[in-house]
Amino acid sequence: MTKEEMRMKILKAIEHEARVDIHELAIRLGTDEAAIANEMSDMEKEGIICGYLTLIDWDKTDSQTVTALIEVRCTPQRGQGFDTVAERIYKYPEVNSVYLISGGFDLLVTLEGSTLKEIATFVTDKLSAQESILSCATHFILRRYKDHGTILAKKYSDERQLITP
Amino acid sequence: MKNPIADRVSELKPSGIRKFFDIVAEMKDAISLGVGEPDFDTPWHIRDEGIYSLEKGRTFYTSNAGLMPLREEISKYLERRGLPRYDAKKEVLVTVGGSEAIDLACRAMCNPGEEVIIPQPSYVSYEPCAIMAGAVPVVIDLKPENEFRLTAEELEAAITPKTKLLILPFPNNPTGSIMELSDLEAIAEVIEKHDIYVVSDEIYSELTYKEKHISIASLPKMRERTVLINGFSKAFAMTGWRLGYCCGPAEIIQQMTKLHQFCIMCAPTTSQYAAVEALKHGDKDVVEMREAYDQRRRFLMEEFKKMGLPCFEPFGAFYVFPDIREFGMSSDEFCTKLLEEQKVAVVPGTAFGASGEGFVRISYAYSIENLKIALERINIFITELRKK
Repeated sequence: MTKEEMRMKILKAIEHEARVDIHELAIRLGTDEAAIANEMSDMEKEGIICGYLTLIDWDKTDSQTVTALIEVRCTPQRGQGFDTVAERIYKYPEVNSVYLISGGFDLLVTLEGSTLKEIATFVTDKLSAQESILSCATHFILRRYKDHGTILAKKYSDERQLITP
Repeated sequence: MKNPIADRVSELKPSGIRKFFDIVAEMKDAISLGVGEPDFDTPWHIRDEGIYSLEKGRTFYTSNAGLMPLREEISKYLERRGLPRYDAKKEVLVTVGGSEAIDLACRAMCNPGEEVIIPQPSYVSYEPCAIMAGAVPVVIDLKPENEFRLTAEELEAAITPKTKLLILPFPNNPTGSIMELSDLEAIAEVIEKHDIYVVSDEIYSELTYKEKHISIASLPKMRERTVLINGFSKAFAMTGWRLGYCCGPAEIIQQMTKLHQFCIMCAPTTSQYAAVEALKHGDKDVVEMREAYDQRRRFLMEEFKKMGLPCFEPFGAFYVFPDIREFGMSSDEFCTKLLEEQKVAVVPGTAFGASGEGFVRISYAYSIENLKIALERINIFITELRKK
C-alpha cells in the first residue's frame, strides 16, 4: 500500500466514522497503529483533516434550529475576486458554510438561526447591507432527507433470509 | 394411489442448510452470520436502469440466449478481466443466476453413468445437479492443510475412464479459498492429459483480496474445454435479480441454450437491462464493496487470532472457515449449541460436504458493528466450552 493509498483509505473510513478506534482501523487496513496515527496527525497539520464532526439530526431533538440556504449575487473586487466578500460573510459565527458557485449567482451561504426572524434580520441587516452584495435569495430547509452521505429519513432493516447457502 | 414422486427425486438428499435454516427461523432474536449474499443494496444506478426499463414498457421476452447488448457487454467485461474473447452471438448464454448454468452444464454435457468430479466443501447444488443429469458425482475431499485448494494429485487420483467433468468452485463458498496461477497450471496439465472438461464456477471472481482472480479459461488450451460460469449476484449485490451467465465453446453453449430455451425461455428482462448498466458503469461499486469486505475480513481474522480459534487466511468470497475440532463436537452440534446458548447463527461446514466436518462457515457480509456483537458472543461461547 502506497502512502497515498493509505491516506485515501484512512480518509474514506473516518469521513463516515470519525470515532473509529485507531487500533481497529489498523487491523482493517492491514497496517499498524503507529502508521495510521502518524498519517492522521500529518494530515491534520497539512489541513487535509479539518476536524472531526458529529452528524446530528436536530429534527429529532427539541431544538428549534432553522437552517437557510442563501443565494448571494455580488460584485467581485478588483484583484481579489470574491474572496473579500466571502470573508466578510464567513466570519459571522452563525454562518455554517460559504461556497463560490458557478451559474446564476455567486456565493451559496448556509446559515443557522434559532428562529425565522433571526435569519431574516441577518439577511437584511448583515448581508444585504453590504455594498458589494447585489441581491440575496433565501431558502429555508424544511426537511433533511440525506446529509453528508447519510440517509436520515428512514432506517432499513436487514431483510435477508437468516441462513442461505 | 401411485407414489406421485419420482424415485430419483425422493432419493435426493435435502440440503443440509435447509435443516439448519428451520432451526434458526424459530429463534426470533438470533444474530445471523449465516447468509450467502451481500449486505449491500444493488447500487442505485443499476436499480434505476431496471426501473427505467419497466417505465419504457420493456416487459417482453428477450432472445433465448439473452439481450444482445448484454451478451456483448459480458464478452467485453471478461476480456477486461484477462479472459480470451467469447463470441457474444454463439458463446455467451444469460441464465437465471449462476445456479441455472450449473444445472444446464451438467445436463448438456453428461451421459448417464459418466462421472462428475466435485471438490468439497463447496456450494450445495453441484452434487444434486450432477445426479439429476444422470451422472455419478465423485467427491474430492479438500484438505485444510492445503487451505482447501485443489491439488493436481488429488485430481489425478479421482479421475477414471468415465470422468467427464470437473467442477471447479473457486473462489470458494464456504471456505473462502482461492486458486492461484500455479495451482491452476498444475491441475490444467492433468485436465488436458485425461481429456476432461471443466465447469468453472467463478461467481465470486470479483471478491479476491490478494492478487486478481485468474480464470482457468485464460490458461493455454483450457478455453476449449471450459464452461465458465459467473453472474451478477455477488459482484454487484444483485442476488434477487436472479441473473447469471456462462461462456464457453460454441458447441457446448448452443446445446445449453437449447435446454435453457425449453425450461426457462429467457432470463428476466428487467434484470438484463439492469445488468447492462452494471457492466458498463459498475466497476467503481465493485471496488468499494471489495474494500469493505476486505476490511471486515482482516478484522475477523484478527479477532479469531485473539480467541485462539484456528483459521487459515481466506483470500476470496466473503466467508471464513474456522476450525472447531478442538471442542470435540460435530459441526452440527457446535452450531446448534452456539445458536441455543448465544443466539448466533453460523453454518455447519458439513452443509457443504462431509469434508466440512470440524469447520463452520462464517459470513462477513455484515457491518463491522454486527460482526463485533456476534464475535463477542462466539468468544463467550468458546471460552465456556474450553472451561469444561
